[in-house]
Amino acid sequence: MDWLNEHTLTIVIFLPLLGAVVIALLGRTRASSARAVALLFSLLTFLVSMRVYLGFETCHGFEEMVPWMGSPPVNYHLAVDGLSAFMILLTGFLTPLCVLVSWKSITERANEFFIFLLALQTGMIGVFASLDLLLFFFFWEVMLIPMYFLIGIWGHERRVYASIKFVLYTMLGSALMLTGIIYLYNVTGSFDLPRVMDHLVNYSALSPVAERWLFLAFFIAFAIKVPVFPFHTWLPDAHVEAPTAGSVILAGVLLKMGTYGMLRFCLPLFPDAANAFAPVICFLAIVGIIYGALVAMVQPDLKKLVAYSSVAHLGFCVLGIFIMRPEAVEGAIYQMFSHGVSTGALFMLVGMLYDRRHTRLIKEFGGLATSMPIYSTFFLIVTLSSLGLPIMNGFVGEFLIIVGSFYRHASYTVFASIGVVLAAVYLLWAYQRVFYGEITKEKNRNIADCDLREKLILTIMVIVIIGMGVYPQPFLRRLDRGVTTMMFRLNRKSLLLTDRAPARHPGVGR
Amino acid sequence: MMTLLPVDMMRILPEIILSVFAVLVMLLEPFVRGASKKLLGWLALLGVLAAAGSTVRIWLYPWPGMGTAFGGSVSADEFSFFFINLFLLVAGLVILGSMDYLERNHADHGEFYALTLMGTVGMCFMAASTDLIMIFLGLEISSIATYILAGYRRDDRLSNEAALKYFLLGSFATAFFLYGIAFVYGLTGTTNLLGASTRMGAPGQWTAFAQAGLILMFVGLAFKLSTAPFQIWAPDVYQGAPAPVTAFMSVGPKAAAFSVLIRIFLGSFTSANALSMKILWISAALTMCVGNLGALWQSNVKRLLAYSAIAHAGYVLVGVAAGGSKGISGVMYYLTAYALMNVGAFLLIAYLAGPDEQRVEIKDYHGLATERPAVAACLTVFFLSLAGFPTTAGFLGKFYLFRAAIHSHLVGLTILALLNSAVSVYYYFKIIVAMYMNEDKTECASVTLPWPVRAALGVSVVGIFYLGLAPNDFMGLTLIASTSLFK
Repeated sequence: MDWLNEHTLTIVIFLPLLGAVVIALLGRTRASSARAVALLFSLLTFLVSMRVYLGFETCHGFEEMVPWMGSPPVNYHLAVDGLSAFMILLTGFLTPLCVLVSWKSITERANEFFIFLLALQTGMIGVFASLDLLLFFFFWEVMLIPMYFLIGIWGHERRVYASIKFVLYTMLGSALMLTGIIYLYNVTGSFDLPRVMDHLVNYSALSPVAERWLFLAFFIAFAIKVPVFPFHTWLPDAHVEAPTAGSVILAGVLLKMGTYGMLRFCLPLFPDAANAFAPVICFLAIVGIIYGALVAMVQPDLKKLVAYSSVAHLGFCVLGIFIMRPEAVEGAIYQMFSHGVSTGALFMLVGMLYDRRHTRLIKEFGGLATSMPIYSTFFLIVTLSSLGLPIMNGFVGEFLIIVGSFYRHASYTVFASIGVVLAAVYLLWAYQRVFYGEITKEKNRNIADCDLREKLILTIMVIVIIGMGVYPQPFLRRLDRGVTTMMFRLNRKSLLLTDRAPARHPGVGR
Repeated sequence: MMTLLPVDMMRILPEIILSVFAVLVMLLEPFVRGASKKLLGWLALLGVLAAAGSTVRIWLYPWPGMGTAFGGSVSADEFSFFFINLFLLVAGLVILGSMDYLERNHADHGEFYALTLMGTVGMCFMAASTDLIMIFLGLEISSIATYILAGYRRDDRLSNEAALKYFLLGSFATAFFLYGIAFVYGLTGTTNLLGASTRMGAPGQWTAFAQAGLILMFVGLAFKLSTAPFQIWAPDVYQGAPAPVTAFMSVGPKAAAFSVLIRIFLGSFTSANALSMKILWISAALTMCVGNLGALWQSNVKRLLAYSAIAHAGYVLVGVAAGGSKGISGVMYYLTAYALMNVGAFLLIAYLAGPDEQRVEIKDYHGLATERPAVAACLTVFFLSLAGFPTTAGFLGKFYLFRAAIHSHLVGLTILALLNSAVSVYYYFKIIVAMYMNEDKTECASVTLPWPVRAALGVSVVGIFYLGLAPNDFMGLTLIASTSLFK
C-alpha cells in the first residue's frame, strides 16, 4: 500500500501508456480487443485519478522526487495540489468517454487510434503533475505528437492542414517558453518549480524588465494554447477537422493546459509582470468573449459553432485568472472543468449527429425533436449548461468570475455579462434551427435515436453537469486552499516590491 | 629531423589500425569474386571495431596511448578520442548499411569500404591534430575519399555531377584553408597551434593580417560544415551521391570540421574571441535560416534532408559560439545525436529508394504507414528527433546547445534557433503526412530490409531513445572530453 501511495502519480501517468503498449503488442488484426483494452486502461486510469483527487491532501500531494539528469540537474518531480488534481480528474474522466465515443465511428486503423489516444493521455496527465519546469516542457511537447496524428489521420477533409497548423502554432509558442525556462534556470540555478519560486521571492533575482520578458515568453505559449484572442485562429480548424474524440480532448483538456500554465507559472513566478499586463490581458479576454460569441452566432457549421463558443468560454477563464481575485480565480478553475464537461458533451453530441448524417451544417437539419426525442433532450440539457443556466455547472464558474470582475472594474462586468447573453443567443438559436420546426429533409425523418452506448455516455455527462451545478461545494472546497496560497503570494510579492521600489538596486538580476 | 618513437606510433593507434584494414581491403579485392564482395565489408567493419576497441582500451589505461606525439603535432586526448569514436560509429553504421545497397545497385566493389575507412582515417587526424599542417593533411585525406565516394554510382549522371561539383568547390575551399595557414605561419613562424596561438596577438590586438588568417581558415572549414554562405554545393551533392554515402558525408566530415573549428577557435586562438564570436554569430544565424527556409520548398527527400543538414550545422554553430566546456559538450552531444538520426534516415531512404534510387520523392512514400508500419515508425522516429521532440536525442541535444548559449548571454540567437526549429517541424512533418495521412499505395512497400541494415537502424533508434531519456553517462563523457581540450 505504501508503495502504491508513493507512486500514485507515476502510475496515473504511465498506466495509459502501458495500455498503448499492450494494444501495440496485440498486433494489427484485432480492432475489437484494442477497443476493450483501451476502455479497460482508461477506466483504471480514471480510478487512480479519483484516488489522486480524493487523497492528495492527506498524502502530501503524492509527491515524488527522483533525480533524472545530472547536469543540468533535472528531477522527475511530481506532485499535485487542488488545481492539478482537478485537471487530472478531468482528464481521467473524459478519456474513457472518448474511447466509448469512438467505439463505432473509428473503424479504420482502430488500433493505432487507441494507441495515440492513450499516449495522449499520458502526456496530458504528465503536464498537470510535473513540478519540474523541464519535465513539464517534456510532456507539453510530447503530447503534440499523438494529437497531431489523431487529427491528421482520422480527421475530416482538411485534416492535414488543420493538424500541421495546430502543431506549428504550439511549437512557435513553446520555442519562446523553452528560452524562458532556460533563462530562469540560469538565474536561479534550478528547474525545480518550488525552488525557482523560493529563489525568486527571497532574492528578487529578476530585474523588472527581465521579469516582463519572461512573463511574455511563458504567457504567449499558454495564450496560443488557450487560445487568447489574437492567437485563436488554429482552434476552429483543429476542432472542425478533428474526429469527435479528438475534439473532446482538445476542448476538454488541451485548452485547459494554457489556463493551467498561466495559473501555475505566469502568476506565481512573475507576479509583478502579471499585474502590469493584467489590464491588457483582461481586455483581450473580453474581446475574445464577445468576438467568439459573435462569430459563433453566424456559423453555418454546428461543430464550428461549438469551436467558437470555446473561444468565448475560455475568454471567461482568462478573465477570471487575470482579475486576480480569489473568487474569480476559483471561478476560472471551476469554469475550466465545467467547460471541459459541457463542451466535451456538445462535441460528442455533434459527433453522434455526424455519424448518422455525415454533415454538420445547421441548414441540413430541422425538426429533429420529433424524430430523435431522447437525443434532443440531452442536447437541450447540455446546451443550457453551456450557456450557464443556474443549477448547472456552467453557471457557477461564470457567476464567480463576474462577481470577482466587479471588484476590479465595472466595465469588465458589463462586457462579461453581454458575453453571457450572447452565448444564450447563439446556442438557443442553433438549437431552435436544428431541433424545432418542420422536418425539411426527408433523411431526417427516419434518423435513429440514441442507442444504449450513446445513452450511457450522455447520461454520465448530464449527471456530472447537474451535480456540479447543484452541489459545487466539495469541488470548491478542495480548490480553496491552493488558490488562497497563490493569491497570498501574489499580493505579498507585490507589496514587498512596492515597499522597496525607490531603492531598487541594479546589482540584482542580470 | 624528427625521430619516430614507438610511443608516437601508439598514440595514433586507431588511425594505424584503420589504415591497415583499408590497405588489406584493397589488397584482397582482386581475389574476392561476386557475391563474396560482402566479405570485404565485414572485414572493414572488423577494422572499425578494432579501432574502437583500441580507443576504449587507451581511454581506460591512458599510458602510453594518451598524450602528444610527433613533436606536438598530434594530441591523443579525450577530446580527439571522443570524436574518433563518433567517426567510427558513423563509419560502422554506413558500412553495415551499404553492403546490400551496393549489391543491389551493381556497385559492389571493395574500394567502397577502403575509401570509407580512409575517409575515416582523415577525419580522425583532423580531430587529433594540433598542428595546422597535420589538420590540412587530415582534411585532404578525408575529402579525397569522399569526392570519390560521391561519384560512386558511375553510370548515374547526378552522381557524376555531385562528385565533380564536390571536388571543384572542395579543392577551392581547402585552398582557402591553406591560405589561412600560410598567413598564420608567416606571422608566427610556426604551424603548431599551441605555439602560434601565443604569438598571434594579445586579446583585442590582432593585426589585420592575423584576423585575415583566421577568417580564411574559417572559410575553408565553413565549406566542409556547409554553413551559409558556403552551403550552395550541399543540396546538389547530397542529392546526387548514393544515399549511404550521403549519410556518411553529411555527418562524418561535418563533425570532423567541427572538431577542428573547436580546436582552433575555442581551444587555441582564444585571444581572438571578439572576432570569432562575430563570425560564429553571423554564420550560425544565416545558416539556420537558409537551411530551414530552403528545406520548406523541397519535394525530394534527399534534397530536403540536405537542407535540413545545413540547418543542423547552424544549430551546432550556436553551441560553438556559446563556447566553454558547456558549449563544447553540448556540441559533442548534438553531433552524436545528429549522427544517429541522420545516418539512420539516409540508410532507410537508400533502401526505400529501390534500384538506381528511383523513389526519393515525398510522394513515393504515400501510404507507407499502412503497408509497412514498422518502417514508417522508424523513419518517424528519425524525423521527430531531427525536429527536436522530447524523448528523443534531438530534443536534449538542442536543449544542451541552447542552455550553453543562454549561459553565454546569446539570448537573441537562441530565440532565433528555437523559432527555426519550430519552422523545421513543417517540412519534417510533410514526410510524416505522406506516410500516415495518405491513402495511396506505395511502391516502397515491397522493399526488403536485409538484417545488417536492420541492425544499423536498430542501433540508431535505440541510441536516439537512450540518449534522449538517460543522458547522464553520456553527458559525463562529453564533459570529460570537452574539459580535456583546456588542459
